[in-house]
Amino acid sequence: MAEQVIICKDLTKRFGDFMAVNKISFEVNRGEIFGFLGANGAGKTTAMRILCGLSYPTSGAATVAGFDVYKQQESIKRNIGYMSQKFSLYENLTVLENIEFYGGVYGLSRKTIRSRSDELINQLGLQQEARKLVGELPLGWKQKLAFSVAIFHQPQIVFLDEPTGGVDPVTRRQFWDMIYAAAASGITVFVTTHYMDEAEYCNRVTIMVDGKIEALDAPQALKARFQANNMEEVFYQLARGAKRSSD
Amino acid sequence: MNSVILEGITKTYDDGNVMAVDNVSLQVKPGELFGLIGPDGAGKTSIFRILTTLLLADKGTASVQGLDVVKDYRKIRNMIGYMPGKFSLYQDLTVKENLTFFATLFGTTIAENYEVIKDIYDQIKPFNDRRAGKLSGGMKQKLALCCALIHKPEVLFLDEPTTGVDVVSRREFWDILNQLKAQGITIMVSTPYMDEAILCERIALMQEGSIMQVDTPQQIIRSYPVRLYAAKADNIYKLVQDFRMLDAVSSCYAFGEYLHLTMKADKPGDIDALREYGISHGHQGLEVKEIEPGIEDTFIRLMNRKAQTNG
Repeated sequence: MAEQVIICKDLTKRFGDFMAVNKISFEVNRGEIFGFLGANGAGKTTAMRILCGLSYPTSGAATVAGFDVYKQQESIKRNIGYMSQKFSLYENLTVLENIEFYGGVYGLSRKTIRSRSDELINQLGLQQEARKLVGELPLGWKQKLAFSVAIFHQPQIVFLDEPTGGVDPVTRRQFWDMIYAAAASGITVFVTTHYMDEAEYCNRVTIMVDGKIEALDAPQALKARFQANNMEEVFYQLARGAKRSSD
Repeated sequence: MNSVILEGITKTYDDGNVMAVDNVSLQVKPGELFGLIGPDGAGKTSIFRILTTLLLADKGTASVQGLDVVKDYRKIRNMIGYMPGKFSLYQDLTVKENLTFFATLFGTTIAENYEVIKDIYDQIKPFNDRRAGKLSGGMKQKLALCCALIHKPEVLFLDEPTTGVDVVSRREFWDILNQLKAQGITIMVSTPYMDEAILCERIALMQEGSIMQVDTPQQIIRSYPVRLYAAKADNIYKLVQDFRMLDAVSSCYAFGEYLHLTMKADKPGDIDALREYGISHGHQGLEVKEIEPGIEDTFIRLMNRKAQTNG
């Protein structure tokens, strides 16, 4: 059986009498691309914050990279990477300075940072831009760089929160090439998106509705079960009845 | 007379260093549902802000309902509705208070133009006394639309109303737009989602400040100049890499569960050649078929062509 790097059992988060996350259970395998979908307000962000060690659950159990979400939040943070559409690099630092800064935050040695950043700059083809301010890069490049920085410390898992929002269709696909490469190197990818074609690129997908997981399977299996031509139809059938909606 | 006219509009920022809108000309007909389709940085918001008289262009002229955006800005402001991409209502006023405030600004009342907003307002009315800041995303969006409509505008500008919104709410929103169109309001809407383009009567495909193509979605799809193929196999990641190695392939990119491919020579036997190539590389579960392109395929093609022309 594949090694499981995220295990959730009846994970619950309650704010007052509002069940933001309502007894969700699932496992994510090492090297898997795991799509975490849901309607606005379904509880995705709350669940993700718990798994990233930023918020405590009300009840239930979960481990991330083998660490407990109640007791070992700091160890979780050291073993994951995180990137969102909104989170961005420091615009008034150069490409290299950003890489050095984040490498330093994760405790990498100066030597490691130097050799890995050379490698990264070459991979991304950013030799000309390495000493330019990040603020001067086009959006597509910023997002690709942000992803590379999020996995610079070679975390076990990377969490991507709508990483491709607003990005052009060509760059969006280049971004997914990078996700595939990261997964092939053994990094587990946990990703949310509003683009339903991207749901098809995941190995498995969960769809959350009103705090619960309503479906969890490979895209192919979900389409067969819901007799749908694509993931958008699957999503629509499941989320249409949602009671709550929010940001 | 066209509702909206842009003639050679150019807008730069940062002392001319950033080109936001590059010599754009287009016309929107009265009562039309017109879409500006493009990613962040395409220039959509700058165009909206010029047309809503909130920003001055460097060059070119623009008019709304025959009125010049510079000389007649006061008149224009009274006859348009504008919903910016960022939620811009008063968070600490209630639903009702926000709506009353905007009605009063335009010298009208909720009652006077009730029929314009009725279908949308009915959905948020149960939350009349809730502060706008406490509404869910979908409800905020509906309230913002009501506030943009309360003075019965002739032209409505909607800047990325569906960005970050889930599939279900997006469909609802487009249903609302079609109802508004039926009332005769001219609507100019922008979106980064290519699949929404098909819901507009005419669209402009935009990238980095310029328009790549303007037409009906159907005509844009018909004008796709070569055959387009879809392919899949059990190991799709390897299939992309294998097809990209094939010299006869012009482009190959992921599209949902399939890959989309075009060929350099574009001839009838291509589909068999692709199948044979896939089989000879040991692919299981291989499927190759010719398909009708979508707006996103056109967008990708135009972007790649532009990148090549720019060297």
